[in-house]
Amino acid sequence: MLRMQSVSKSYSHRGRTVNAMDNVTLEIPAGDFVAVVGPSGSGKSTLLLVLGGMLSPSAGEVFVGGQSVYGIDPKERASLRQKKIGFVFQTFNLVPYLSALENVQVPLLIGRVDEAEQKTRAAALLERVGLGDRLDHKPSELSVGQQQRVALARMLANGPAVILADEPTGNLDPETSQEILSFLEEANREGRTIVMVTHDMRAAGKARRTLRLVDGKIVPNGESQTNG
Amino acid sequence: MRLRTLVWRELFERKNQLATSFVAILLGISVIVSIKNITFYSEKAVARELDALGANIMILPKSASLQDYYSSDMQDEEFPEEYVARLTTSDLQGLDNLSPKLSVPVELRGKRFTLTGILPKNEFQAKAAWQGAGIFGRPQGCGVVVKMPGVADAPAKETLVRLRVIDDLSGTEALVGADMAAALNIKEGDSVGLLGQSFTVSAVLPSTGTVDDARAFAHLHTVQKLAGKGSVINAIEVVGCCNEISKGLVQKINRLLPEAKVVTITQIVDTQIKTNGMMSKLSLLFLGIIVLVGGASIANYMYANVFERRREIGTLMALGAGSSMVLKMFLLKALLLGLVGGVGGFLLGTVLAVSLGPRIAGVPVLPMPVLVLWALGVAVAISLAASYFPARRAARLDPSSALQEI
Repeated sequence: MLRMQSVSKSYSHRGRTVNAMDNVTLEIPAGDFVAVVGPSGSGKSTLLLVLGGMLSPSAGEVFVGGQSVYGIDPKERASLRQKKIGFVFQTFNLVPYLSALENVQVPLLIGRVDEAEQKTRAAALLERVGLGDRLDHKPSELSVGQQQRVALARMLANGPAVILADEPTGNLDPETSQEILSFLEEANREGRTIVMVTHDMRAAGKARRTLRLVDGKIVPNGESQTNG
Repeated sequence: MRLRTLVWRELFERKNQLATSFVAILLGISVIVSIKNITFYSEKAVARELDALGANIMILPKSASLQDYYSSDMQDEEFPEEYVARLTTSDLQGLDNLSPKLSVPVELRGKRFTLTGILPKNEFQAKAAWQGAGIFGRPQGCGVVVKMPGVADAPAKETLVRLRVIDDLSGTEALVGADMAAALNIKEGDSVGLLGQSFTVSAVLPSTGTVDDARAFAHLHTVQKLAGKGSVINAIEVVGCCNEISKGLVQKINRLLPEAKVVTITQIVDTQIKTNGMMSKLSLLFLGIIVLVGGASIANYMYANVFERRREIGTLMALGAGSSMVLKMFLLKALLLGLVGGVGGFLLGTVLAVSLGPRIAGVPVLPMPVLVLWALGVAVAISLAASYFPARRAARLDPSSALQEI
């Protein structure tokens, strides 16, 4: 489902070259649930951005469902993200001035789904994450756990085949973290491929396998099978 | 949800920041609308005054000497009546009334008067060649009396002598000036013999205090025939639109009729030119201010807005929004700002014009709905132009740097 071929990404920072990713090659089959762990600054987030078509690599190629992500123009890449990829962010990134329902409608708006269907689908998704009674609440009127659940519902709105989650439990208490991980596991059981960056080893334990990244490189033998 | 819902909600999310830009555009537009509205009615009022004065341009033979404006048509020299056709078939704007005249001296009961041949309006309209392209085919604009609240129309006879244009005049009818009628005891319906022909006096004109009071008017072609001069005239009186005069109508007539001398009531026109020029400069000045201040304020607000919303933009891009959608989002916001600012500016400007106009310009001012289009056009154009570069910056934002925590 996801493939990286000899991908490197370097930045220039105050005249120095920083290698965020260094010749990474990996393959993640459809339906896999991969946790990416590693110390801060090891390139985990860069890997997620590159996989999601948000940051072009300095070298190498990235494929999603057999399609080269950076071999297409930005407009097609945006369309690929809209159709196949769902992002989950540590700080949820909900639009503050929209209600929970409207936040979930955003990807449907981008996907040009008509207004009535947007509402039906968004309400069903919020119902699914247990927020059927919070449709009209703005993010500021929701708890952080509820906000992350709205973000999960939003991520699922376009039925993505791939979920890229960046520290999805990083801001949550253990109980809420467990809820969110359960939703991710459920999404994985539905056949969606999940790549989750995390510092939390308990969260990583929910994945089928774990990749360890250090200094922009996947550590040989750092991969471990965790469950499933 | 539609894109406009998203834009609308965001507008009210940051009301305070928006207020500065909105007020800048609202005040700018309202001041311009108010100046334009007052200027329009002020110009109409001056045009009305000029209209009341009668002809303001005189076309005379080249060698004519000009002692007195009102008697300047009494020249020995003549020029062809065809000049009238040249004017009426030209594309000159601002000729509201033309009155070709031939004046000849006459003696009646031992006293000397002037017989002036004039062409009634119905004969202008009857000439096919003068229609469409001619003055009567043009839309009537400035210089034509407009209905003003509280200002009564002039009586019919005064209008007749003032404009020196009458609707109908047969070959045997004459109009007699007040002094001439008094000196000879002539009344309406009397018969008078002029140049060997008997005329019926269809009207005795009210006193004007000018040489016209010692004149008799008859049909131009009758006077031409009786004077044995053929198709000639010795003056064309023109009621020119004052705005057009300020834009060089006199020079344009000069170019069209190089063999003639064109003169105007310069003092009156100069005053009007100065007033109109000042108002139009003021209007331009405010337009410049609104473009600069309003535009800068909107651009500044938009740049700040793009900066503040980096994460939101990055999130939208992560969810699949393309650059065009982000661009559209910001331009739609600018459009809404322009539309609301334009309508608000029009309403406020109209209230200012109607309430302050009579005090500032001394004329009654009425609302001009057409200015709403102008206000909307200017406000939307400024708002869109000022927002274009910030919107483009948003559309070109690097989504990965916008999502800083990733």
